[in-house]
Amino acid sequence: MAITHYWRVFMTFLRNSLVRDMTFRWNFIINSISSLSWVFMNLGFYILIFHQIGSHGELAPQSGWRQYEFFVFLSTTLLINSIVQTFFMPNAEEFSELIRRGGLDFALVKPIDTQFLISLYEVDWSSLANFVFGLCLLSYSLYRLDYHPGWFQVVAYPFYVICGVVILYSLMIALASTSIWLGRNQSLYNFWFYLTNFSRYPMEIYRGPVGDWLRRIFTFLVPVLVVVNVPARLLAKPLEPEHWWLMLYALAATVGSFALGRWIFLKALDSYRSASS
Amino acid sequence: MMFSSISLTGKLHAGLEELQARASTWWVMLQISIQERFVYRGDFVLGTLMRFLPIVTQIFLWGAIFHANARETIAGYTYHNFVAYYLLTMVSRAFSSMPGLASGIARQVREGEVKKYLIQPVDMITVLLLARVAHKLVYYFVAALPFAAVFYICRHYFPGWPDPEVMAAYILSLILAFLLGFFLEATLGLISFWFLEVTSLLFVYMLFNFFFSGHMFPLDMLPEPWLTLVNFLPLKYLAYFPAAVFLGKVQGGELVMGLSVQAGWVVFFIILCRWTYARGIDQYSAYGG
Repeated sequence: MAITHYWRVFMTFLRNSLVRDMTFRWNFIINSISSLSWVFMNLGFYILIFHQIGSHGELAPQSGWRQYEFFVFLSTTLLINSIVQTFFMPNAEEFSELIRRGGLDFALVKPIDTQFLISLYEVDWSSLANFVFGLCLLSYSLYRLDYHPGWFQVVAYPFYVICGVVILYSLMIALASTSIWLGRNQSLYNFWFYLTNFSRYPMEIYRGPVGDWLRRIFTFLVPVLVVVNVPARLLAKPLEPEHWWLMLYALAATVGSFALGRWIFLKALDSYRSASS
Repeated sequence: MMFSSISLTGKLHAGLEELQARASTWWVMLQISIQERFVYRGDFVLGTLMRFLPIVTQIFLWGAIFHANARETIAGYTYHNFVAYYLLTMVSRAFSSMPGLASGIARQVREGEVKKYLIQPVDMITVLLLARVAHKLVYYFVAALPFAAVFYICRHYFPGWPDPEVMAAYILSLILAFLLGFFLEATLGLISFWFLEVTSLLFVYMLFNFFFSGHMFPLDMLPEPWLTLVNFLPLKYLAYFPAAVFLGKVQGGELVMGLSVQAGWVVFFIILCRWTYARGIDQYSAYGG
């Protein structure tokens, strides 16, 4: 009962946002093109790197991240980030405004879970352009790979992509919650960008004493390294015993992040004092 | 004969007085902007340090690439060169990036704030330029410490201090990069006299700037025909060129040529900016309250 209820509310959000996006059609098209352009530039950078080191050159020693393996990684980054941008990013940006202007009052009185409401209210359909491109790049890279993943990997991949989305979402909601305490958090987006920037590269590139520390911090403390690395590695490389540990850990990190994110959100709500109105 | 010489000194005198008056106006504008800037100093220091974070991942990425492929150089750059290059582009960007300039002009046009400059005896572009100089001066003052710390920690990546002449050329190229960045973005902002909403145009510019100014990678890594294309764009003088000068990649006649082309672009955009402003004012219709 409750689930079907939430599902219907979510569908309404989807429909409303789509109606709004389609009202300003040119804006929608321009947004799609500009977010795709960022992706092309990024792809261009890696094409340039592999142009210099050859498509069989590796991005990190003994890591197996050659050109098409890495493009699987890159498409995974794209898929995960585009889902986060479509569903959660516009809402997280709006959240600090809700607090500053006191609009959160209206969300609190609605007979629905507040976190659900403020996380999914607005959907940015134009970010799905990146998702579509991510799927194309993924298919092409898999086609060019010498190695073909087995059925288990194909099934586990989307599951771990969703885990990645959940980890990023939890991080975002935790960061957004801090604006209840800080009143306003304008550097939120910057901070988010700099933090997730670490997730965009294979974890093998973090080497040396400093790199080891970075890898540990971003695997265990703030698990952003798990987000893309686990699904991408699962699909692009043959299964190895160490994969099981990673998969297990990724699952634990997902559950842990979500629980912690929700806890921080609820704690922050406790100290919410309405503004104005 | 006598008469004309008196009028000449008179003119000269009047000219000097006018210049003095102008200089004191500029000085006041600069001071106001500096004080404005110091209001948010805490945000500044934090922002500066955070801006180094993306470079950290770039440095690790290149380190891993060099190690994995057992290469001494890639596209003529050693690993140390790469690190030094990325750090130097941060310095270039500190001079040439103009956050909020074009969008600020667009907002002033859209909301009708421009008419302020039409009735006051000050010129909009001059005010903006001085505000930007003040912004940058305060920025360097606050950012000097984090920058110095990062460069000190990374000092072994640099081949050492360049010769005095190269250093002079480097500083000149940085100042030109500042002027180029300012007049280029101001021109883009002034386009809003014709199209009220320029956000997507600015986004495209930002995108091209990020890629083709050399912020993301050393531009001479590019294969043809991209390399030729990039050499015909003014963007490379915003980040790549000063860094290349410091690293001694551009020398002798090439250096003189490069600086002249950079100065040429600055003059081109000063004229374009002035022209766009004059034409824009002509057909400006003061929207908003």
